[in-house]
Amino acid sequence: MIRFILGRLVKAVFILLAILVFNFLLIHAAPGDPAAVMAGEAGAADAKFLADLRTRFGLDQPLYVQLWIYIKGAVQLDLGYSFRQQMPVAELIGDRLPATLLLTGVAFVLSLVLGVIAGVAASARQGSWGDTVISTLALLFYATPLFWVALMASVVFSVWLGWLPGFGYSTIGAGYTGMAHVLDVAKHLVLPASTLGLFFMAIYMRMTRASMLEVSRLDFVKTARAKGLKRSVIQRRHILRNALLPVITLAGLQAGQIFGGAILTETVFAWPGIGRLMFEAINQRDYNVILGVFYISAAMVLLFNLITDVVYVIIDPRIRLTS
Amino acid sequence: MRDFWTRFCYNRGAVIGLVILALVILTAILAPIVFPQSPWKMVQRPFLPPFTQEGLMLGTDALGRDVLSGLAHGAYVSLLVGLVSTIVALAIGVPVGAMAGYFAGRTDDALMRFTEFFQTIPSFALAIVLLAIFQPSLTFVIIAIAVVSWPPVARLVRGEVLSLRTREFVEAATLSGLGNTQIILRHVLPNALPPIIVLASLMVAQAILLESSLSFLGLGDPNIMSWGYMIGAARTVIRTAWWLSFLPGMAILLTVLALNLIGEGLNDALNPRLTRKSE
Repeated sequence: MIRFILGRLVKAVFILLAILVFNFLLIHAAPGDPAAVMAGEAGAADAKFLADLRTRFGLDQPLYVQLWIYIKGAVQLDLGYSFRQQMPVAELIGDRLPATLLLTGVAFVLSLVLGVIAGVAASARQGSWGDTVISTLALLFYATPLFWVALMASVVFSVWLGWLPGFGYSTIGAGYTGMAHVLDVAKHLVLPASTLGLFFMAIYMRMTRASMLEVSRLDFVKTARAKGLKRSVIQRRHILRNALLPVITLAGLQAGQIFGGAILTETVFAWPGIGRLMFEAINQRDYNVILGVFYISAAMVLLFNLITDVVYVIIDPRIRLTS
Repeated sequence: MRDFWTRFCYNRGAVIGLVILALVILTAILAPIVFPQSPWKMVQRPFLPPFTQEGLMLGTDALGRDVLSGLAHGAYVSLLVGLVSTIVALAIGVPVGAMAGYFAGRTDDALMRFTEFFQTIPSFALAIVLLAIFQPSLTFVIIAIAVVSWPPVARLVRGEVLSLRTREFVEAATLSGLGNTQIILRHVLPNALPPIIVLASLMVAQAILLESSLSFLGLGDPNIMSWGYMIGAARTVIRTAWWLSFLPGMAILLTVLALNLIGEGLNDALNPRLTRKSE
C-alpha cells in the first residue's frame, strides 16, 4: 500500500513540474515582455517594479536559468506577486481556497450520493415511467450550461421567491458567530452547491444506471436469484457493489471538471473561492494569479485522484497494487 | 445504409434531436440573409421586452440590439466552433491513439503518459489560461477547446486499435508487405470508425458548452456575437431583464440536447450488438 501511494505521489510531482514548465513557457510565449506579463498588463506596473522583476527572475540570463529560478520559487509556494491586489499570489489563493474546497466538496458528495440513488432507482424498474422521468431529467441536466442554471436558479430562488441568498458567502455585517454563522454559510451554500452538483449528478446517474444494468446480466446475479435471495438484497449486495466501481473511477477522473464548474458557479454567485479569484484576474489581466490558480487547482486535483485511488483499493480488494 | 437509418430512427429521441439540429443549422445559414445588419447594431430603445413590437419579436438587449438577430448569428458561431474544434481534436487524438495502440510498448507508454497529463489537469482552467495569455480570437478559442478535448479520443482510439491489431486481417495485411502507415490508415482505422463517430457527435455538444462558458467569462472573440457572450452581457441586468439571459441559454440547451440525442441514436445504429434500452 505504501509503495503504491509513493508511486502515485512521484507521478503527481512529475505532473506538477510539467505544469510549471508549461506555465513558464506560456509566460515567455505571451506577446510582450515577460516582466510585463508577470506584473499584469495594462500598464499597471511602474518601471522600478519591472526592473525588480527582471533581476529577481534573472530575465537577462539564459532561459534554463530562468526556468530553474521559476520552479525553485513555485516549489516553495512562491507564486509571484499580484501587483493589482498588492498581495503575494500564494496568500491570495490561501485565503480563498477553503471556500472552494467547501463548495466543491459539498457539490461532489451531493452529486455522487443523489446520482447513485437515482441511478439505482432508474435501473430497478427499467423502462417504467419512473425510469423515463429520471433518465430524461439527467439528459436535460447534462445538456444545460452550468452558468446558465446558476443564473436562472439565482433569479428564481433568490430574486423572485426570496427563499435563499443568491450572493456571497455569508450575510455581510450580520456578525453571526458560532452556530448562527454556520447556518448562515450553509444557507448561502445551497444554491451554488446544488447548481454545481446538478451536472455531475446527471453524469453519475447515467453511469450508475448503465453499470447496474450491465452487472445485473452477469452469471453470479443469476445464481443469487436462483438461490432465492430477495430482490432488494441482490440489488444492494450483489449488483450495486460491483456496479459502483466504474462510477468511482469516473468520479475520480472528474475532479478537474468539478473545479472547472466551480469557476463558473463562483463567478455567478460571487462565492469567494479561487474560481472567482481567477475570474477577477481574467478581467484585470493579472497573469500571475491566473497561473497560480491553475497550478494550485491542478495540485488539488492530483491530491483528490490519489484519494480516490486509495478508496478504490479499499472497496475492491481484487485490484493489484501497481502504480 | 437503409439498415442504419432504420436503427437510427428506431430511437425516437435521436429523430427529435435531428429535427432540432436541422432547425439550428437552417437558422445559422439563414442568419446573414434574414438579418443582414450586424447583430451589434443598435436598432431600438434598450430593454424592449419580447413580443411588444413588430419586427423585433424577441425585443432588444441592454444596448438596444436585436435579440433575435443575435441568437441567429450566435447559432452560426456555436455550430462553427463546435464542429471545427472537434475536427482539430480528432486530428490530434486519432494519430496519438492509433500510434499508441498500434506500436504498443514504449511508444504506447510515452504517448499515454502525455495523454494522461492533459486528462489530469483541470481542462477548463487550462482553456482559460490559454485564452487569457493569448488574445482571444475565434481561432484561439477553437484551438483552446481542441487542446482540452482530444484526450478521450486518444484513449478510445488506442483501445480500439489495440484490440484490432492482433486480428487476422491485420496479420494478412502485414504479410502482404504493406507498410505500417498503410495498415493503420486502410485496415485498422476504418474498423475503429463507429465508436469514433459516436464520440465525435458528443464532443461537438461539449465544445459548444465549453465555448459558451468561455464567452460567458469574457474570453470569447470580442468581435463575434455568441450565445455565451449574450448571457454574460445580460448578467448584470438579470434582475430587471431575466429573459435576456434566459433565451440564449435555451438556445444552447436545445442545441446541446439535440447533439446528445443524436449521439445516442448513432450509438444504437452503429453498434447494433449492444443491448438497447427498451429491451
